[in-house]
Amino acid sequence: MVNAPAAHDKAPEIAVELTDVTFGYDQRKILSGISMTIPKGKLVAIMGGSGCGKTTILRLIGGQLKPQQGRVIVAGQSVPDLNNDALFKMRRKLGMLFQFGALFTDMSVYENIAFAMREHTDLPEELIRDLVLLKLNAVGLRGAANLMPSELSGGMARRVALARTIALDPMLMMYDEPFAGLDPISLGVVGQLIRKLNDALGITSVVVTHDIYESLHIVDYAYFISEGVIAAQGTPDEIRKSGDAFVRQFVDGQPDGPVPFHYPARDLATDLLQT
Amino acid sequence: MIHKTLENMSRFLRTVGNTSLAGISRLGYLARFFAAVILNTPAAFLRLPLTMREIYFTGVLSLTIIVVSGLFVGMVLALQGYDVLVMYGADDSIGILVALSLSKELGPVVSGLLFASRAGSAITAEIGLMKTTEQLSAMEMMAVDPLARVVAPRFWGGVIAMPVLSALFSAFGILGAYLVAVKLIGVDTGVFWSNMRAGVEFWPDITNGIIKSVVFGVAVSLIAVFEGYDAKPTAEGVSSATTRTVVESSLAILALDFILTVLMFRGLSV
Repeated sequence: MVNAPAAHDKAPEIAVELTDVTFGYDQRKILSGISMTIPKGKLVAIMGGSGCGKTTILRLIGGQLKPQQGRVIVAGQSVPDLNNDALFKMRRKLGMLFQFGALFTDMSVYENIAFAMREHTDLPEELIRDLVLLKLNAVGLRGAANLMPSELSGGMARRVALARTIALDPMLMMYDEPFAGLDPISLGVVGQLIRKLNDALGITSVVVTHDIYESLHIVDYAYFISEGVIAAQGTPDEIRKSGDAFVRQFVDGQPDGPVPFHYPARDLATDLLQT
Repeated sequence: MIHKTLENMSRFLRTVGNTSLAGISRLGYLARFFAAVILNTPAAFLRLPLTMREIYFTGVLSLTIIVVSGLFVGMVLALQGYDVLVMYGADDSIGILVALSLSKELGPVVSGLLFASRAGSAITAEIGLMKTTEQLSAMEMMAVDPLARVVAPRFWGGVIAMPVLSALFSAFGILGAYLVAVKLIGVDTGVFWSNMRAGVEFWPDITNGIIKSVVFGVAVSLIAVFEGYDAKPTAEGVSSATTRTVVESSLAILALDFILTVLMFRGLSV
């Protein structure tokens, strides 16, 4: 049995806490009874197969969805109980990197990064310019400031989106599949950026991913979600050594195991013989 | 046999019930959405450059189709109208006929239909694609309300552009009619214009047209932003939302036109 991260640190400050969270659409249950604790300053991964409800957890933390049951606490506030104004106030402290960047396609790279600063602050334009260039420099794309999102490669778009997400220096960063569809170089670059930003800015990060190799290199702790429940959890070392069948299937990339290869169906012979 | 008929009937009733309930709940959702857009109106005007940009996209970029259609509708109207009027020796009234039909009816309705297919569909597709590519979600997570930043400026851009487009349509229609009636057929210029001036009143003739175009502008813009915002975030979802915008807007324009014309019809109150 692996211990929760709280056991590793002495009374750490909690950034995000989910207690017994259940969520579903209509009849379809997506999460049932999920509990997790994300301490301040840590980089935590939430892993699992496609469609297992990983992104739903991020949306619950960001208040875009409300749990049917259970509590979601972010920085001491109960997210589902916040009214619209308080929710928007809380979101200013959060940053979320979407799977494909979600850059505003009608704005240049520069405008994309200046967007939140212009919306939420009264900073003079010269200062915004300096800040935008600094953020772009942090992701190595200062030279691309005047390009449009359509002129960027997938990896570059992801990095611009990352710079946009850190524009207002959030206290909690959420990454939705930051490695999906990237070439090996971009993958390494994005992975290192996530780790460096976490440590340099002293923020807390949650990475939702199914890229086990890349994420085990950079995270402090990982949760595995399967069929709406936490199937396993632990530090990267514990995960690598784990004998749990689900974790082994995931780490070794076996097509069949606790997560079946076949979508539930009748026996093949019965199906073929049916006229 | 009876059993089967009963079953079919109950299935039919169930379908009717389900469709009606779904329609009513969607209408309720549309009403709530409309209220939310109106509540976000100050935000749209505080971000004036955004609303101006939308007026440019929906209004200025629709000018070509509006002007060309107006010109041709006016020309055809003059030809057809002259054909009938000349039988009664009333060909001098061609100016009145054209001006009244354009300003009270054809101007708002045809420009509304063109506006729905040119600008309405573009608004739906744009908002729908922003939703599909998670741009609206990203905005929400950046603590910026998409209703205030994306929807309200587009709605008001459409509402402001539509009456201007309708007025331009009528103006170019009258110009087209002038070209045909005076330059081609040979009606006297003075008679054409003076009869028009004498027969068309600002109140109620022109104002009726303005009221219609404002109502159509609200209807088309609301349907366009709603369908975009409510679109399923897939390629198919956006395409069917765009189609729905054009179909629903056109039907709404025709239905509202009938209702407004009945309300404005002086003959009924006698």
